[in-house]
Amino acid sequence: MVTPLYSDKVMDHFTNPRNVGEIADADGIGKVGNPQCGDVMWLYIKVDNDVITDIKFKTFGCGAAIATSSMITELARGKTLEEAKKLSRGDVADALDGLPPVKMHCSNLAADALREAISDYEAKHKA
Amino acid sequence: MSAGHGKRIYFDHGATAPMLPEVVEAMSPYFSEKSGNASSIHSFGREARKAVDEGRESLAKLLNADPSEIVFTSGGTESDNLAVKGTAMHGRRADGHIITSAVEHPAVLEPCAYLEGLGFQVTRIPVSSEALIDPEAVRDAIRDDTVLISIMMANSEVGTMQPVEEIGRIAKDSGIPFHTDAVQAVSKVPIDLDRLDVDLLSISSHKMHGPKGIGALFVRKGTGIDPILHGGGHEGGLRSSTENVPGIAGFGKAAEIARRDMGEVSDRMRGLRDNLVKEVLDEIPNSYLNGHPTKRLAGNAHFRFDFIEGEGLVLGLDMLGIATSTGSACSTGSLEPSHVLLAMGLRHEQAHGSLRVTLGRENNHEEAGYFIDVLPGVVSKLREISPFSGHTPLGSDGGDASVQR
Repeated sequence: MVTPLYSDKVMDHFTNPRNVGEIADADGIGKVGNPQCGDVMWLYIKVDNDVITDIKFKTFGCGAAIATSSMITELARGKTLEEAKKLSRGDVADALDGLPPVKMHCSNLAADALREAISDYEAKHKA
Repeated sequence: MSAGHGKRIYFDHGATAPMLPEVVEAMSPYFSEKSGNASSIHSFGREARKAVDEGRESLAKLLNADPSEIVFTSGGTESDNLAVKGTAMHGRRADGHIITSAVEHPAVLEPCAYLEGLGFQVTRIPVSSEALIDPEAVRDAIRDDTVLISIMMANSEVGTMQPVEEIGRIAKDSGIPFHTDAVQAVSKVPIDLDRLDVDLLSISSHKMHGPKGIGALFVRKGTGIDPILHGGGHEGGLRSSTENVPGIAGFGKAAEIARRDMGEVSDRMRGLRDNLVKEVLDEIPNSYLNGHPTKRLAGNAHFRFDFIEGEGLVLGLDMLGIATSTGSACSTGSLEPSHVLLAMGLRHEQAHGSLRVTLGRENNHEEAGYFIDVLPGVVSKLREISPFSGHTPLGSDGGDASVQR
């Protein structure tokens, strides 16, 4: 068994997660993950002039899943949709001073959720 | 960090139990002062041999076995490997049938899977929702070519005590060697091997407040078994390797203390545990006890909390100074939650929300009280972050935006 050792930043975001919650009138929602795998993230964005003006999340998952969710809200807020789409799992992990290798799948979740939320917004926007 | 309490609380005795000062004291002469090889005939060797003999006698006494039936190993994993592989392969066989259960420790399941690859066939008996094995299912699984039955005495995760007495009788009636992994049970429940129909029994020292790196396998006289470590012929030829003298001295002391204190400690742990279970289930909505309500190890409490994941619980409690464990996938380094919880019929998402609390002799009411005070806060904080709740049940896939990874 591998016991992950988290960075101080991961523990900080796990202990004091930023932007937890839902946005009732969200412009885009991204729901990714699967409870069977132990990680589910729901991400809500508000968009104004192609800029993410508000972002909130709800996550079911391990410490890394919660920390990466929290971190992506910080990374994405204020970014244009094009900038936000480029955020990768590596960016999230780097911003948290790294993740244990076994946890790298958790950080996929946050970047995926953001992309899903943006797709959701774009689909609605075009319609 | 241990906010509001000032000291760390260890509730993970199922993982390992701290060495007792008397154990450390019993070991210390054998590191340097009396560091002879127990096989040497000079005085250094003889004093080491004496320690090995005394350790063996102490362990035999705890189990009501003959000292000649105790084989020292490097720990529970080696004992299980020796029991399973050594019995199955006895007689240079490479085929036959093995009966085990779905909830064994990996130290039994993995050797069984290995033997399967060599040509053996393995039946894994399923368990009830309380992790109990039905002895009749074991009886029904017996075939003409069954060479071994291996069923644990107490489950390492949920603490369920198996009916080894009955299973032992069934095995004996059929003339099949019966191994039980008693790593979690020894020192917590009385074991009388004079009475119990068990041929092989695995023990680990560090689960009973002894040192790590030492364990034993009880091998009843007349049991057909081959060694898995070949060499100088130590331990009656069953386990070659220079004896771990300080380890054996410490193990022997731990066995002596267990024999002395077992009744009192178990009663106290049971009281502490029962109260803790009651308080947690009362205080926290959507919380459940995993395992059997009564047929369980005294210090074991295993919970499940809906809507949250176990690693967050363990981390949250750790921040408050309390050490626990979980069967969730994220803590095991794989993507699969505990095989024990799944075998009990829990869904993946339910198994992820588990928390194991294993109490030990040094724990007290104040510590249990502190745990009960802080746990509801840790749970509700994680539930606030979780997308799931009573309104959005766990297992709902979140609609069409859901992505299966």
